[in-house]
Amino acid sequence: MVPVGRGMPFIPSVLAVVGAGAARMSRDTPWCLEAFYLIPPGTHANEGIQVGRGKSKEAEIKRINKELANIRSKFKGDRALDGYSKKKYVCKLLFIFLLGHDIDFGHMEAVNLLSSNRYTEKQIGYLFISVLVNSNSELIRLINNAIKNDLASRNPTFMGLALHCIANVGSREMAEAFAGEIPRILVAGDTMDSVKQSAALCLLRLYRTSPDLVPMGDWTSRVVHLLNDQHLGVVTAATSLITTLAQKNPEEFKTSVSLAVSRLSRIVTSASTDLQDYTYYFVPAPWLSVKLLRLLQCYPPPDPAVRGRLTECLEAILNKAQEPPKSKKVQHSNAKNAVLFEAISLVIHHDSEPNLLVRACNQLGQFLQHRETNLRYLALESMCTLASSEFSHEAVKTHIETVINAPQTERDVSVRQRAVDLLYAMCDRSNAQQIVAEMLSYLETADYSIREEIVLKVAILAEKYAVDYTWYVDTILNLIRIAGDYVSEEVWYRVIQIVINRDDVQGYAAKTVFEALQASACHENLVKVGGYILGEFGNLIAGDPRSSPLTQFHLLHSKFHLCSVPTRALLLSTYIKFVNLFPEVKGTIQDVLRSDSQLKNADVELQQRAVEYLRLSTVASTDILATVLEEMPPFPERESSILAKLKKKKGPSTVTDLEEAKRERSADVNGGPEPAPASTSAVSTPSPSADLLGLGAAPPAPAGPPPSSGGLLVDVFSDSPSAAAPLAPGSEDNFARFVCKNNGVLFENQLLQIGLKSEFRQNLGRMFIFYGNKTSTQFLNFTPTLICSDDLQANLSLQTKPVDPAVDGGAQVQQAVNIECVSDFTEAPVLNIQFRYGGTFQNVSVKLPITLNKFFQPTEMASQDFFQRWKQLSNPQQEVQSIFKAKHPMDTEVTKAKIIGFGSALLEEVDPNPANFVGAGIIHTRTAQIGCLLRLEPNLQAQMYRLTLRTSRETVSQRLCELLSEQF
Amino acid sequence: MIQAILVFNNHGKPRLVRFYQRFPEEIQQQIVRETFHLVLKRDDNICNFLEGGSLIGGSDYKLIYRHYATLYFVFCVDSSESELGILDLIQVFVETLDKCFENVCELDLIFHMDKVHYILQEVVMGGMVLETNMNEIVAQIEAQNRLEKSESGGQ
Repeated sequence: MVPVGRGMPFIPSVLAVVGAGAARMSRDTPWCLEAFYLIPPGTHANEGIQVGRGKSKEAEIKRINKELANIRSKFKGDRALDGYSKKKYVCKLLFIFLLGHDIDFGHMEAVNLLSSNRYTEKQIGYLFISVLVNSNSELIRLINNAIKNDLASRNPTFMGLALHCIANVGSREMAEAFAGEIPRILVAGDTMDSVKQSAALCLLRLYRTSPDLVPMGDWTSRVVHLLNDQHLGVVTAATSLITTLAQKNPEEFKTSVSLAVSRLSRIVTSASTDLQDYTYYFVPAPWLSVKLLRLLQCYPPPDPAVRGRLTECLEAILNKAQEPPKSKKVQHSNAKNAVLFEAISLVIHHDSEPNLLVRACNQLGQFLQHRETNLRYLALESMCTLASSEFSHEAVKTHIETVINAPQTERDVSVRQRAVDLLYAMCDRSNAQQIVAEMLSYLETADYSIREEIVLKVAILAEKYAVDYTWYVDTILNLIRIAGDYVSEEVWYRVIQIVINRDDVQGYAAKTVFEALQASACHENLVKVGGYILGEFGNLIAGDPRSSPLTQFHLLHSKFHLCSVPTRALLLSTYIKFVNLFPEVKGTIQDVLRSDSQLKNADVELQQRAVEYLRLSTVASTDILATVLEEMPPFPERESSILAKLKKKKGPSTVTDLEEAKRERSADVNGGPEPAPASTSAVSTPSPSADLLGLGAAPPAPAGPPPSSGGLLVDVFSDSPSAAAPLAPGSEDNFARFVCKNNGVLFENQLLQIGLKSEFRQNLGRMFIFYGNKTSTQFLNFTPTLICSDDLQANLSLQTKPVDPAVDGGAQVQQAVNIECVSDFTEAPVLNIQFRYGGTFQNVSVKLPITLNKFFQPTEMASQDFFQRWKQLSNPQQEVQSIFKAKHPMDTEVTKAKIIGFGSALLEEVDPNPANFVGAGIIHTRTAQIGCLLRLEPNLQAQMYRLTLRTSRETVSQRLCELLSEQF
Repeated sequence: MIQAILVFNNHGKPRLVRFYQRFPEEIQQQIVRETFHLVLKRDDNICNFLEGGSLIGGSDYKLIYRHYATLYFVFCVDSSESELGILDLIQVFVETLDKCFENVCELDLIFHMDKVHYILQEVVMGGMVLETNMNEIVAQIEAQNRLEKSESGGQ
């Protein structure tokens, strides 16, 4: 029988149940799938118990209970059972457990089997213990005792069983008992290969469960040398172990990098016959290669000498992908590609060899069109990470045509999902309209399981890359039309916020919602958006007789009866706003409010609104009405709540109770041994729905509860500057690296990685700080704080929200900082992070690279203009000059890239000397715009530069000169 | 790391269940059922990877599976494993079963549940790949068989 499944040229008869199975069992009754058997090991089928298909579930349970009672009585019986019987009954219990029945006895018998001298009895005993783990402490003591004896037995088979049991159970008690012993077994000279293999993985398991119980020691360097072992199985197990250990103790295992590279090089370049049996379908040691490549991903690119060799390996792997396959079997291509994908991951991780990155991207591009679904899936997934690399973002974009079709053409929802993820990752201003249009059209047919996520992504992209806000409004309304049920509150709150904050789009929005509401059946979310927008801006279209005030009102009111209570409440608010906007419809609206269905509505909220609005419209003078019902003030800018929602949806299941988080925080402030952040409310958050009379049950209360003062953001440390740790070593270097770029890793130690992603426009910016927990243990009381000196605080405004105080092992949390440059500034804010890791208090400070040049807007100008302005800025305070020695090779292209990264325009053919670089731009601050001109003159012979800055403000010239001169 | 290895037939009856992360028995059964429903609704020639069910950790975990005749072999893994590597590991496991049982079928998994566990233990240990070389695995199993024979001979 041919196995099912794609391209699986598998041993034809495998698992062909009906034919081979029935014949071999030589039974009269035909084998039926529903039947199950309780058979002791090694006996014949007819000794077993069978429950046939026809029997009911109750009959099955009855039969099983009878069998359980039988086994129980055997165990309890006076006659001591022999080893064989014990083995038989323990095996039966395992089978009953597999079928989903609770087993609450037999543990003792299993433990007794552990001390048997017979291998098979010991074996089944260990199996039972590993599958049915029990936390009874008396039992654990006995089990540990048995394990101890077996480890000391020097019988490799028994040692293997004991190690397996430890690895499979991996409890803390076992770690306490054996964490000291296992490293010794692992590195002892006389340990057999198979035992070494087991010992390595056993240690790995214990380290995972209880890292604190596995201290690093002399053994670590000997473990690293297992990478040179003769036996490839040992090397594979050791690589797994080292990878995990190195993630938390990178220094300790640094030497593994060069060993791993040379091992990899031997595999990749060897004739496959050297590798004994570890060649799998013509691919030499694929699993080991994958593991080695994973290990290398724990480290940054190695030193030049090793790096050359590694690059050769990676190139060889990429080259092999282009060779014709050595076998048509799917196993061959799977194994080969497993290595290839891992190599590509490493290239992406290093993110330093543009040449390899582009090759990787091309290779993935080929896979995007491959007939193997698995490869298309993986290629989309890898490209997603590649899209975030500066070097290859453009290269990824060349595949947009293929990717954009994938959601429509792929048959597999998993693949479609990856394609949507990639579209989202590769989106930028240049292709946003195309990608958003495609996602919208896919949404019409998309699987229900991924619709909500697509809706969020479309909403985010539309907002992020909107140049033209009419496009944004159209997109969101389309979104509601196509997938109204999946449009969460955050999405439609956001569109209202944006419309209210941007007066250039309000008229268009009013017109568009009015048109959309004409449809006979429209989604309730559209009624909400429409109601809100017309209530605010209906007057902007009232001049057109087709959308006169009365028409607007009738249109909205025609939907009223079909809507739920919250929407009706919103519409009532719209009506009272109409009373203010359009005095001519006042009578009509009062009639509606006065009707019994409103004034006597069973819903207390609706009734109250009707009564209050009616009264308000009757007693208040026009002036008072106009004040009360004034247009909504702009919303304060803050992190998009949609983005937060998407993160929550995608992120790990860290749904920590908000209340609990708060409690922890306040407990901290009150009694924690750590210095408590003295929080001052630097930012006040006016309630967005602060309309009078509490009319403001009206919708947009977008970003959750207003931050409590305890959770406030820009904490000022002026009182207790000693609380924050001194700057981490290397912080200055890292800081300088960010002057000309916006994304990257700011800080990394054994526990924590901090990454940054930021964007700046004019005097505003947004920075995302990513905190990665590199350990497997949860960080507690995790509190990042931004510290600004008084000086800096006056010139740079920072807003952020607190992050969840618990960061799970391996998880990453994100914090957005909204930045506004008020006036020019010199210092940089300090990011202080405090948290608890496994009982110890951690305190890290780094300088946050928010520098004046981030608020640069480039200005293009011709040679003549440049020199004219240059002369205008000839006042001696306006010019700052610095002459300095080159710290890096003087490469023209690199210099150009740095000047552009610095933020100014790079002006070509302006300076009469082509070797010189000139730039121009404007620094935007809230209070002023400062024009800046710069000129950089390299002197190759002397390896020196002269940098001249001329700006209209002395402090700006000074600061820019300082920042830029550090870059060359 | 491999969190769980689940083998069930086309009707969802579990045939081999091994968890490397502690879950209460009840949850274990629910995970088997949930996983079964996740893979059952998938066509046979689409890709072999999907996101894990809600019980086992959702999108942080992947289910990597193969469907052979009447049985599904599902490995639930975290992001530290290579998808294609695991896919091939399933193949190695099944081929090894086939060698040890000479034409393995679903019945063998039932009648020789203990043996199937022992074979699996030679391939995966505590959620990590122990051995990938089929000859080595088969040699270990044969050594076990010889031990077993010598012991039963002495009985």
